[in-house]
Amino acid sequence: MQWEIVIGLEVHAQLSTNSKIFCGASTAFGAEPNTQADAVSLALPGVLPVLNKGAVERAIKFGLATGAHIAPRSVFARKNYFYPDLPKGYQISQFDLPVVGQGALTIQVEPLSGNAKPYEKVVRITRAHLEEDAGKSLHADFHGMTGIDLNRAGTPLLEIVSEPDMRSAAEAVAYAKALHTLVRWIGICDGNMQEGSFRCDVNVSVRKPGGELGTRREIKNLNSFKFMQQAIDYEVQWQIDTIENGGKVQQATILFDPDSGETRMMRSKEDAHDYRYFPDPDLLPLDISAQWIDEVRATLPELPHDKQSRYVNDLGLSAYDASVLTSSREMADFFDSTRMHLDTENDIDNPKLCANWIIGEVAAQLNRDELDITQCPIKAYRLSELLAYVAKGRISNSGAKEVFRTMWTEGGDADSIIVKKALEQISDIGAIEKIVDEIIAANADKVAEYRSGKDKLFGFFVGLAMKASKGKANPAQLNDILKQKLAG
Amino acid sequence: MFESSLKQLGDALRAKKISSVELTQLYLDRIAAHNPALNAYITLNPEMSLAQARAADARLAAGSADALTGIPVAQKDIFCAKGWLTTCGSKMLHNFVSPYDAHVISQFNNAGAINLGKTNMDEFAMGSSNETSYYGAVKNPWDKARVPGGSSGGTASAVAARLCAAATGTDTGGSIRQPAALCGISGLKPTYGVCSRYGMIAFASSLDQAGPMGRSAEDLALLLNTMAGFDERDSTSLQRDKEDYARDLNKPLNGLRIGLPKEFFAEGLGSDVARAVEAAIAEYKKLGATVVDISLPNTRLSIPVYYVLAPAEASSNLSRFDGVRYGYRAPDYSDLADMYEQSRSQGFGAEVKRRIMIGTYVLSHGYYDAYYIQAQKIRRLIAQDFVEAYKHCDVIMGPTSPSTAFKLGEKGDDPVQMYLSDIYTIAVNLAGLPGMSIPCGFGDNDMPVGLQIIGNYFDEARMLNVAHQYQLATDWHNRAPQL
Repeated sequence: MQWEIVIGLEVHAQLSTNSKIFCGASTAFGAEPNTQADAVSLALPGVLPVLNKGAVERAIKFGLATGAHIAPRSVFARKNYFYPDLPKGYQISQFDLPVVGQGALTIQVEPLSGNAKPYEKVVRITRAHLEEDAGKSLHADFHGMTGIDLNRAGTPLLEIVSEPDMRSAAEAVAYAKALHTLVRWIGICDGNMQEGSFRCDVNVSVRKPGGELGTRREIKNLNSFKFMQQAIDYEVQWQIDTIENGGKVQQATILFDPDSGETRMMRSKEDAHDYRYFPDPDLLPLDISAQWIDEVRATLPELPHDKQSRYVNDLGLSAYDASVLTSSREMADFFDSTRMHLDTENDIDNPKLCANWIIGEVAAQLNRDELDITQCPIKAYRLSELLAYVAKGRISNSGAKEVFRTMWTEGGDADSIIVKKALEQISDIGAIEKIVDEIIAANADKVAEYRSGKDKLFGFFVGLAMKASKGKANPAQLNDILKQKLAG
Repeated sequence: MFESSLKQLGDALRAKKISSVELTQLYLDRIAAHNPALNAYITLNPEMSLAQARAADARLAAGSADALTGIPVAQKDIFCAKGWLTTCGSKMLHNFVSPYDAHVISQFNNAGAINLGKTNMDEFAMGSSNETSYYGAVKNPWDKARVPGGSSGGTASAVAARLCAAATGTDTGGSIRQPAALCGISGLKPTYGVCSRYGMIAFASSLDQAGPMGRSAEDLALLLNTMAGFDERDSTSLQRDKEDYARDLNKPLNGLRIGLPKEFFAEGLGSDVARAVEAAIAEYKKLGATVVDISLPNTRLSIPVYYVLAPAEASSNLSRFDGVRYGYRAPDYSDLADMYEQSRSQGFGAEVKRRIMIGTYVLSHGYYDAYYIQAQKIRRLIAQDFVEAYKHCDVIMGPTSPSTAFKLGEKGDDPVQMYLSDIYTIAVNLAGLPGMSIPCGFGDNDMPVGLQIIGNYFDEARMLNVAHQYQLATDWHNRAPQL
């Protein structure tokens, strides 16, 4: 039987403010337990929350970047439940009036298997709301007791809820990646998944194509794209097997165990809390003026999708190249910077050359050395110098790769490496003509064969000439000169 | 000395007729003598009080004293005060020494006032008789068999018995005004947002407001000058220019329009209370005021609305008392859920648990719209009644409480009867308006009667003027109980 997979995501993006959402305590990661827990974080009797405007500003940025409606008035609500790492006994969140309304994100989907082609899809975002994070329960090292670390309690989060628009694990991963790129791109979240700055909950259900939505199960707290895909694959198969074996999927919250590759039940719907949401009387409604929105809009960079379109339409790059180059703002900046230097300092307008080198050599080396683009040992302007020599024919492509490797490992500039390693191409027409003349003189019989119609011999002459020039002859010039002289 | 006004005490201190240390010691001695019979204080800390007094004396000597410098003021035990046990009248906080000062406390500290001690109160301010305190019932100094009212019962008893020069209270549904009325003192609940709630242990956040309790309107004005003020740590604190609440005390009352809501003089009001309040109104007419009949038709709904909204907020506000980080934790428990259950069952008293249950219920899925949302709608109607009324009058007057102080234990087993004793005060909190109570005579049992004065938003200075002019013409506020 055919099944359609239906997936929606809830993503918690930790907002990159220095202090917490409702107090002045630091949000820095990795401090000694409870050293960043002030009176408000500890929920001492009598303390009150005060909203951090920086968190609101980031939420507005996100709303603008996804074309969403920014609510002129939204409301903070209390979500009540007991847990040791939830110090107030409630989480301050937003419920029926979130700060960001419906928006959308365009994603590039790379199908994971088969010969299907990449395609574009628009995923609708239902809402995004501000809330505070809880602390952490530490179960090791306490002799059977549980330790509580409230450093993270009160860290600002933006919970981004999508519509159930995704139809495969590939689409879900593409959406999560696009969101991950976007939040870092607009500078509202560091995206560090290991540290929990970007956490995904995935709602999965299956149905007969076009039928009513099936019962969903929510996979909680996925912190890598790889695990997300594995978890969805496993969960989808589990649901299909369950139904095909005559069972029913019950609504539940589940966890993915990366070691076993399986999902397991955390709590069923029956155990679901009644959170008793109500507006937090300690906080006024959040009013956002049109002026504030305009001010935030003015700080937004060109968005990844816009940039991507511009790369394709104005620079003539392929959709694939454009999407790789816009995978992060730093990557796009590196590309733009290389391209600009090449253009302004060498008068060479060649985006395609830059794209090829960055996606090819640069990305491969970064990958090999486990670096990200901000750690690239070759600065963009240095790369542009090298590319200028390539474009002008001063060195061959293979020579350029050698120079690149040297620049990568030892530093330095392309010019001195080319000189030092004597990698310069022979582009002196006189020198190439001399070589060609000598070859023609020494191979009169082959020249005669060629002239009588044996065109295939052309490669033979190129080979001889290259050998004579020790591989340094500019191939284009050599071709031209050879053709001319052989024609007689 | 114990009958002096705050202004007189301040003058005496600044004139070096008495030192703050001497004055503080006088009060500590008086407390030692009479508090055991009244149980008005939960915590005394003479060392800390006297240390503050010495600092105040230095400030007085340096000539940089404020109006309240060196004056001993008692603090309701709902305010967190650094280094002081802060219990909120509950076993749950029996061991909680606050590491920080509430805004109100720091305002007093900055003024150089002396924290004389922490006064008894109904547990988490839930009660109208001060019988729900974990630290025992407070006695009314006019008759120790009777309650002082609540929840600021310890403060009211201490002020009436002259066990402090003045004190603070908080008022969520009448907790300043009702005990002030029952103990024959003056008390003012300011407009919601005038005093910061930071460091004031929350009962019902949208209703809680701190205010002064003292022996006269004049004293209240000085106290409010110190307590009021914007505080960025409380998002509901109001950003307004600093005002002198004593500025209008001496204005004549000619032309003052007093609104008398017919609902405040209907069934349920004790005849002795009615007589005293009517006599007070007659006095106001002599002072040049005119009387306007008004109606507040929705106030009859204020008790049911209050007992939905206040417990709803309380059920959430009190969730932090879970035995995890501070306060009471049950000695024996089997797992996490049991730790919560045992700690909260043992740490909270019956009235607090009742309100947590009510609040949890009205916020529950399926009941929220019928209770909480409905109550919010009626709350707006109640506030609207006052907006209408103030088109026709300047202040509203009536009884503070339907009866004088009742006997200890008299209403203990009937919570609804107890709730009804706040029938005239609750609407004021729901509307966020300022309200006060001043003594205006005695009832059939020789217990004090309070006159309630309700003002329009931010009209505290006018209310204090209205109260002060009455106190110039009468001496009810100067009557003191025999201890």
